[in-house]
Amino acid sequence: MSATDVYRAPALSTEGALVEQHWRDLAARRRLYTIAGLVFLLLALSGSLWFANETNAGKFFDRLPHIADFFVELKPRDWFDPVRALFDLPSPYDDGSLKFDYPEGRVYLAQGIYIPEYFYRMIETLNIALFSTLVGSTFGFLLCFLAASNITASRWLRFTTRRFLEIVRAFPEIVIAGFFLAIFSLGPIPAILAVSIHTVGALGKMFFEVVENADMKPDEGLRAVGANWVERVWFGIVPQVLPNFMSYFLLRFEINVRASTILGAVGAGGIGESLRLSISRGHEAKTIAIVFLLFCTIVAVDQFSAWLRQRLVGRQAFAYGRGE
Amino acid sequence: MNADAINDIAARHPEAFRRPLWKRYAAPFGVLLCILYTFYCWWFFSIGIVLEKANWNLAGAYLADWVSYEIRPDIEFKDDYLTIDYSRFSKLGSNPNPDWVIKQIAVIERRGGDAAPAPAMATDKSSQGSFMAPGAPTAENPAPSPDKSVPAAPKTVREKAVVAATVVLGSGQIAITPDLVTVTRGAESVIFDIAKDRSVTPRTPLPDWIEQRKPGSTAYVSFGFLGRAEVQNDEVIAWRRFFGWANFVFDTNSPFWGKSFGEVASLIVSGERIDASRSNAALAWDNILYNAEWQHGDVWLKLLQTIVMAFVGTVLASIVAFPLAFLAARNITPSWMANQATKRFFDFLRSVDMLIWALFFTRGFGPGPLAGMSAIFFTDTGTLGKLYSEALENIDDKQREGIRSVGATPAMVQRYGVLPQVLPVFLSQSLYFWESNTRSATIIGAVGAGGIGLKLWEAMRTNTNWANVFYMVLLILLVVFIFDNLSNYLRRKLMGTVGNGNDKRPQRTPTRPLPAAQIA
Repeated sequence: MSATDVYRAPALSTEGALVEQHWRDLAARRRLYTIAGLVFLLLALSGSLWFANETNAGKFFDRLPHIADFFVELKPRDWFDPVRALFDLPSPYDDGSLKFDYPEGRVYLAQGIYIPEYFYRMIETLNIALFSTLVGSTFGFLLCFLAASNITASRWLRFTTRRFLEIVRAFPEIVIAGFFLAIFSLGPIPAILAVSIHTVGALGKMFFEVVENADMKPDEGLRAVGANWVERVWFGIVPQVLPNFMSYFLLRFEINVRASTILGAVGAGGIGESLRLSISRGHEAKTIAIVFLLFCTIVAVDQFSAWLRQRLVGRQAFAYGRGE
Repeated sequence: MNADAINDIAARHPEAFRRPLWKRYAAPFGVLLCILYTFYCWWFFSIGIVLEKANWNLAGAYLADWVSYEIRPDIEFKDDYLTIDYSRFSKLGSNPNPDWVIKQIAVIERRGGDAAPAPAMATDKSSQGSFMAPGAPTAENPAPSPDKSVPAAPKTVREKAVVAATVVLGSGQIAITPDLVTVTRGAESVIFDIAKDRSVTPRTPLPDWIEQRKPGSTAYVSFGFLGRAEVQNDEVIAWRRFFGWANFVFDTNSPFWGKSFGEVASLIVSGERIDASRSNAALAWDNILYNAEWQHGDVWLKLLQTIVMAFVGTVLASIVAFPLAFLAARNITPSWMANQATKRFFDFLRSVDMLIWALFFTRGFGPGPLAGMSAIFFTDTGTLGKLYSEALENIDDKQREGIRSVGATPAMVQRYGVLPQVLPVFLSQSLYFWESNTRSATIIGAVGAGGIGLKLWEAMRTNTNWANVFYMVLLILLVVFIFDNLSNYLRRKLMGTVGNGNDKRPQRTPTRPLPAAQIA
């Protein structure tokens, strides 16, 4: 507050001085709160860091120099080797071990035409993400109208739908995946189910908030000419919310690509599993190839989705909810 | 309205009536595409085959395991008596004698030579826990024969043994004698003749709740949720299901096990010391923490790790992203090089997935919360940096001009002209990420980055601990719920308002759809 020191205050009346005093008190109290908050944050942070370090398998300062080791270990035999790993070309270092068996994983479409293993795995992951986003958004679409207060008059129906969406959203994906992994054997289906179920909750909530913010005039018009509930929703609400729905669909797809990669790493197939295996086995060329592929795919998906969303909703803002 | 008027309108608004083909058929085309894609995925993942092969009975049993547990008495036929066994780590403790297994005990005579070793073994098996508390020989097992030391003595012994037993499962029951098993469910009942070690033969046709795959083989009896049983040619195994979580507070090895709340309370407050070296309260607390079945201490520790991972990851990411965002915003730092370099750096951090960071750091730091928090830190530095810099690029320039016009230094322009505008947005974004990271930290944990995720995953992979899984899920839901509300409360306190869906006021946040993590 050095600016106020330079400024020479004129003589104040008693009331003015009182106001001034009051303002100073308020400012001082706010500063105290800010400092107390920051001190609390600092204490919580250092306590948490200490706790994390204590309960970790390796200690931070013991392991720090070895982080670099890991990246050094990642250096392949030559810099063309990751390319061979990526495109399943035979490696000159092939010694029969898993480390250099690049051509093993080829997925043949026809004689001589093959999809390299990691591309195939990536397609699998993308398919998991897209399909479960599709399934999830379909159910989210059906449920969102039941949860919207401007469409559904029945209180208990709205309440039930909303609670259902909340529970489904908060339920950890990993538990759903693990449960279905026990029923079906290993494979992508548990991941699809887990991601879909979570998507129903997440998108359902976003969708019904969009619906609640919709303009009700078309609905009034439809009601005036005697349309039934389905017609009112379909002709009055859906056309105005569809661009926003699509936008949320795309955002969700981005998230689901990441989620299905992670679920893949815990046994649901796809590129995540390949990555986990190659990192834990120390196959440097394969790891680099997969990380590169994953990076490119995620960037591409993000860019594509951003471009499409821009086309769908423009820079138009829509009042959005509390997130999540 | 007549035809002319309609034609007139059509002529005046051709774009509304003669839309391009693709626009007119966009909706059915989109739906068709979705359906085709569904068929493709059905084939690609062979969903049909997997669904067919899936074991749906197992699903029911696993789901029931979430909120209930089974106790399995194992009744073996001997020549003219029965032995009753419980599984080794039975939830009933080392000496189970439940009142729903009704035993009829009689003194029987048997030849010592051939039959003695078998009951002796059975006794050993059923009293595994007796290393710790040598219990008195109980009625359900033939008491350890006095002739155990001379098993080969060819004399007859007279001793007490179970000659008939009845297992009660709610409205159903199984009455067992060495050569006859009567299974009753509701009004129906079926009698099985047992030819020992040879066959199981029902006297009447089987109802649909009993299954026998081929004549004379094991009969599978279902009592619905209450339990099930297998009638084999040498034993009857019953599973009776009980609602609830068994031994949730104290496990069977604890001295407090099986006592009512009042008894435990009075022991803690005024009882004699059970363990001379420490007070009863300390002992009880220790027993709860190290409950062998529920592992409360470990679960709570792992849960705290998950919370800490999300908290530290988000706080550190915010702290690092804060100055970098000023560097990345083109209206704050007028250097194209610096803007682009920082923005691409953010993109890099964000696009290398959290999974990859987690796997890298698990290799680096070893499994534990350090790996998880580093992964969250790296990913979210990218995401928060991007969001922060966008918020900075959207600020109102007038305040800055005003501050600059009174001759403030560049640092003070940032402090008084920029910061007040963006700080609420920054904090709000960080709080959103804190919330969403509390959830994603669970998943990250499962790949080895520590926290409750890994424990959850291990419990699920054994397929036997579904009640523990549910316990952990409830804890996670509770934590998520608390942190959601805490973050909302803080947002309201710090920002004055919380933007909910019904808030029609113009928003200060950048005009774009939600960033990815906010709908996570």
